[in-house]
Amino acid sequence: MELIYDQSREGRRAITLDALDVPEAALPRDLLRTEAAGLPEVSELDVVRHFTRLSQLNFGIDSHFYPLGSCTMKYNPKIAEAVAALPGFAELHPHLSSDEALWAHCQGAFEVVYEVEELLAEIAGMKAVCLQPIAGAHGELAGTLLMAAYHRDKGHTHKKKIIIPDSAHGTNPASAAIAGFDIVEIPSTPDGAIDFDAYTAAMDDTVAGVMTTCPNTHGLFEPRILEIAALAHKHDALLYYDGANLNAIMGECRPGDLGFDVMHYNVHKTFATPHGMGGPGCGPVGVSERLVPYLPGPRVARREGRFVLETPPRSIGRMAPFFGNFMMAVRGYAYIRHLGNEGLKDVSRVAVLNANYIHARLKHAYTPAFAGRFMHECIFTAAAQAQKGARALDIAKALLDEGYHAPTVYFPLTVKESIMIEPTETESKETLDAFCDAMLRIATRIEEDPMAFRNSPTTMPVGRLDEVKAARDLNCVC
Amino acid sequence: MSWVPTTETERREMLGVIGVQSIDELFEAIPPKVRLKSWNVPEGVSEMAVRDLLTRMAAKNPSDLTGFLGGGYYDHYIPAAVDALAGRQEFYTAYTPYQPECAQGTLQSIYEYQSAICRLTNMDFANASLYEGGTAIFEAATMSMRITRRRRIVCHSSVNPIYREQLRTHTSSMDVELVDGEDPAGAACVIVQNPSFLGALRDYTALGTACHEAGALLVVSFYPISLGLVKTPGEMGADIAIAEGQSLGIPLNFGGPYLGIMATRASHVRKMPGRIAAATQDAQGRRGFVLTLQAREQHIRRAKAMSNICSNQALCALRALIYLCLMGKEGLRDVARHCHAKSEYLKGLLGAGNILNDGPTFNEFAVRLKRPASETVGLMAKRGFLAGLPLASVGAGGPNDLLVAVTERRTRAELDAFAAALREVAWN
Repeated sequence: MELIYDQSREGRRAITLDALDVPEAALPRDLLRTEAAGLPEVSELDVVRHFTRLSQLNFGIDSHFYPLGSCTMKYNPKIAEAVAALPGFAELHPHLSSDEALWAHCQGAFEVVYEVEELLAEIAGMKAVCLQPIAGAHGELAGTLLMAAYHRDKGHTHKKKIIIPDSAHGTNPASAAIAGFDIVEIPSTPDGAIDFDAYTAAMDDTVAGVMTTCPNTHGLFEPRILEIAALAHKHDALLYYDGANLNAIMGECRPGDLGFDVMHYNVHKTFATPHGMGGPGCGPVGVSERLVPYLPGPRVARREGRFVLETPPRSIGRMAPFFGNFMMAVRGYAYIRHLGNEGLKDVSRVAVLNANYIHARLKHAYTPAFAGRFMHECIFTAAAQAQKGARALDIAKALLDEGYHAPTVYFPLTVKESIMIEPTETESKETLDAFCDAMLRIATRIEEDPMAFRNSPTTMPVGRLDEVKAARDLNCVC
Repeated sequence: MSWVPTTETERREMLGVIGVQSIDELFEAIPPKVRLKSWNVPEGVSEMAVRDLLTRMAAKNPSDLTGFLGGGYYDHYIPAAVDALAGRQEFYTAYTPYQPECAQGTLQSIYEYQSAICRLTNMDFANASLYEGGTAIFEAATMSMRITRRRRIVCHSSVNPIYREQLRTHTSSMDVELVDGEDPAGAACVIVQNPSFLGALRDYTALGTACHEAGALLVVSFYPISLGLVKTPGEMGADIAIAEGQSLGIPLNFGGPYLGIMATRASHVRKMPGRIAAATQDAQGRRGFVLTLQAREQHIRRAKAMSNICSNQALCALRALIYLCLMGKEGLRDVARHCHAKSEYLKGLLGAGNILNDGPTFNEFAVRLKRPASETVGLMAKRGFLAGLPLASVGAGGPNDLLVAVTERRTRAELDAFAAALREVAWN
């Protein structure tokens, strides 16, 4: 498709302002830019048509099943969008929170922050939650900085290491490294669990914390999680919960009850806020009692019937300018209040049911990566197909031609030719069946001709793109 | 109360295919002693009730005050087409373009956004965006450390005090030395903000030269709307340009989501954090777009990645791109011209003697009142004005100092009324 810049015609305008109603003012010449920015000169219809057409090149959840493992691509309810558009939220200036004299003008927003933090804490069994982190990885950084602050405060100068399983998201070690820790990676067993012997061997008094998720990134409930927690606590190491997979256990068990001390939530996953092509997300950090004094501040508190701001005594300081991606919290609040107690529990129950159903329907055509019971996502390995010549990538591309977004492929890194399917709870049985039928057709076709999907997709706006050329030419700007 | 479509009959059928008796059986891996018995989550309510609840909460935030509050976040006009287009589900319900063939809309829009940012700033490369303006400073600081292999970060007093606090938090466990001022000797970078937090404009070209002679980088945090008129980071010799992009078509949103903008010189692109889209082609020679240079990122480099960031504010970047297209070359200049002229007009009404800035400002300036600024904003709110930011509240001024911002949305009549009210309230 043509670039918007190629549609530019000198003198064409979209939005114009009224004539200036005050005298013109001049800035000193040496402070001015020498020529106007080369922005496109286009009409409003040019812009509307261009971006409408661009949008039509995308798969979104409203139009396509999007079973990306580890990403929880559930339906994003329209009511959440409607309440987030309320002017009382959308037009609210964040500096209203900066001076006490203006707090009367943002009590409703403070109430949302307070309520969401309380609900998230209850849902995951944490003592307190702070909305500041802007995305999951930012929540991890907040969490690891909290661990660092805690140990620094306790004089634990010898605690330099963080244990992370090899199946973890790459953000875990990347965040822990920024928080100043050395990373000790421990292997997984062939059945997909943390290698407990390796974990025990790695654990000593120099360990500051352990980062994991549960169910783990293999989609399995970590079988020895309670022992892992107990051993960590014995050595005064803090246990970090990566909230990426919270959708599997909501209402069934809580990270806090499993022994986790600090965690982040992915509001954009579990609580259905839109993924927006890669962001904005929302990654609040939750903590157990001993970490509460270190939380980022200022925080909303309720005092004598009104909401005020207070900064925790040993706060690590601000992670975000105000309350993180507040509008995502508004959406998440609408989601939680609509579903409520029973509805939230049903989310996880059906998410797990759906993943197990897909597993049951596909397990004879594709090899499950692990023998155990999957939770909210199931992982297959296409190693057998790959040996014949059809890689996981080919299967992913074949699915695009079938009208499905592909599952996550090549993650986790611990599974060869990994295909990770997370259907979520909002998809109907008909959709799951049609998707499984497509997967089975693809498997059958590969049996007949392993090269059948070498050039897939063929029905998309473009075919497979040359990534080597992209990195070599580095044409990133026009 | 649910978006789950699965009927009881279907659940039973599915359990049969799985080969278990109940959904509970699927959760048997959870140790019984930690299975949740009860929690204190309220029962669900209808969509109608949710809308009423949130509408009541929103109504507790009166949005009818005439705004002069800025401090890094501004009340600019957002054309209707921005919401109409960014509200298309194909954009907002899509995710990271892991499968580029079904995400060309996302990828081309990122490419066009990167191009718009470079055209705006006169820089060579831009990334697909970062979280917001404060974390962008942190990313620029660590990027400078990677490039120079130095550990001293110099942060100038022009920088927003909230960003400075964010920088302290983010680097609190790193081997880094944070220094105030603008001395580039031995530094990885000197970070400045233009206009300054108090609104002052300065040409940082000479500082850029001094930085380069000392082997340091110049990092300029800019205000996107100001670049409709003002000398660009590129023209000043900046090595990294960063910004809070909220002013480009993104609502105030009580603090987020916002947009972290980052651009750099060609020589540093491989050290830049965040996603980057690039043009390439398919086997038939058709142009298409992909994410590139991913070997820098956390999902491959893990602990050795350029950054832990694994998202971008793509939807906010799209809004910024659409905004810049709708305003266009002339429109952006007009917005900047109006902001500046109206701000100068208000300065005139308030009296030069009360203005704390002694040099040129863009659309924001500090005034010294005769009574505490905090008290003043409370009284002004009763008269229908959001008068500005009391500078003491963010540690950037004395108790009587107020930061006042003017955007293109303010009319002459509003400026006149505001000046009259502020004179009565604060200088009487």
